[in-house]
Amino acid sequence: MVSPISPLGLGLVPAPAVRATAVRAALRSVHDPEIPTVSIADLGLVHEVRVDADRIAVELLPTFVACPALEVIRSTVADALSNFGRPVDVEFTFAVPWTTDRLTAKGRAGLRAAGIAPPSTPIDVRCPFCESARVVMDSPFGPTLCRSLFYCRDCRQPFEAFKPV
Amino acid sequence: MTESEPVERIAMDFTDAGDGRERAIALLLLSMADDEFVIGFSDSEWTGIGPILEEDVAISSLAQDELGHAQALYRLFAEVVADGRDADAVAYDRPAEGYLHARLLDHGRGDWAATIARRYLYETADAARLAALAETSFEPLRDLVAKIRREERYHLMHVEAWLDRLAEAGGEPRRRLMVALEAMGPDAGTVLALLPGEPALLRHGILAEPFAAVESTWRARVDGTFGRLGLAPLPATRDPGTARTRHSHAFRALHHEFTMVRGSEAAATW
Repeated sequence: MVSPISPLGLGLVPAPAVRATAVRAALRSVHDPEIPTVSIADLGLVHEVRVDADRIAVELLPTFVACPALEVIRSTVADALSNFGRPVDVEFTFAVPWTTDRLTAKGRAGLRAAGIAPPSTPIDVRCPFCESARVVMDSPFGPTLCRSLFYCRDCRQPFEAFKPV
Repeated sequence: MTESEPVERIAMDFTDAGDGRERAIALLLLSMADDEFVIGFSDSEWTGIGPILEEDVAISSLAQDELGHAQALYRLFAEVVADGRDADAVAYDRPAEGYLHARLLDHGRGDWAATIARRYLYETADAARLAALAETSFEPLRDLVAKIRREERYHLMHVEAWLDRLAEAGGEPRRRLMVALEAMGPDAGTVLALLPGEPALLRHGILAEPFAAVESTWRARVDGTFGRLGLAPLPATRDPGTARTRHSHAFRALHHEFTMVRGSEAAATW
């Protein structure tokens, strides 16, 4: 146990209570390193938050197995939770597969704000700039593992769409 | 596991494996990880020189996926074997003859048609293998397979579209594809060749059906596609007994390359 000794030497002072909901709220301030308009919570990455007497454990779901941003996310999460005054364990798990259904409404709006079409079937993809449905997929493979390349025939803008998995 | 010798050296010998569950799982994980690692590293050679820009991005993404799958499988292997090595040590610190990837992947990158031929044969065989592991009793692998299969759907879409395109183009693209398929055909089935731990895998519910059954499901699929495209059917597997143990000069060159950085400064961190 790591409860601090009181400065007056009068015995153990219990560590301040930390609620899992407070930890989850703090995770809403951690943004995806490549999409600054979307938090990892709204992206649906948070699987489990557990607060024990001596530590906080956070389990996250990778969007893609090979996502190279995982280590950055791990350290950003640890930093964001450092105010809770106890060690933070951040682990990645495949216990349930991350799917694009995990994105919240706020997360989808955040993607659009970043110029990225939220995931849907290729037929339903809308241009994030002009909302046109007259779009065509150039390639399912984009600049990151989680994005595809599209082109809008109305505003003539190439754009990226989140890949449905 | 308590064996003092690295598992890959004893992997193909099951005479002293007792019940054999852990060793069979380790062998399965290592063979899958080595497959994904070798094809991923080999395909990454296209980065920067892909035939068109979108394809350069696509093959780089595919290679990155495969290396990520390899890393996750090496981590599981390291947990099962628990001999003190981490995933990087397993991936990089073995001699070339210690790798257990299928002989199909010993065929180097070659030209674009060869890369597509190899990817098509590998991805379809891998899909059949993953399907046979979807309900595996080994829980960490079941979770990982569920995730990997969602990503591999894109791999199949990509390579099947390219196979059709090369085969239906006629002329030089089709000729190059046929040359590649003829060279690789006898090694295609090595991905699904019998592993020595198969009885234990089946007994413990790790694998849903024998590799022979997985292979015939896969062959039926490939035969259907090749028939539609007017390509020669795949021949039987050449030397299935050494499907994962006897590697080519091309692989030794690749091994030299992918171990070079780590070999020059083993303690470096990134």
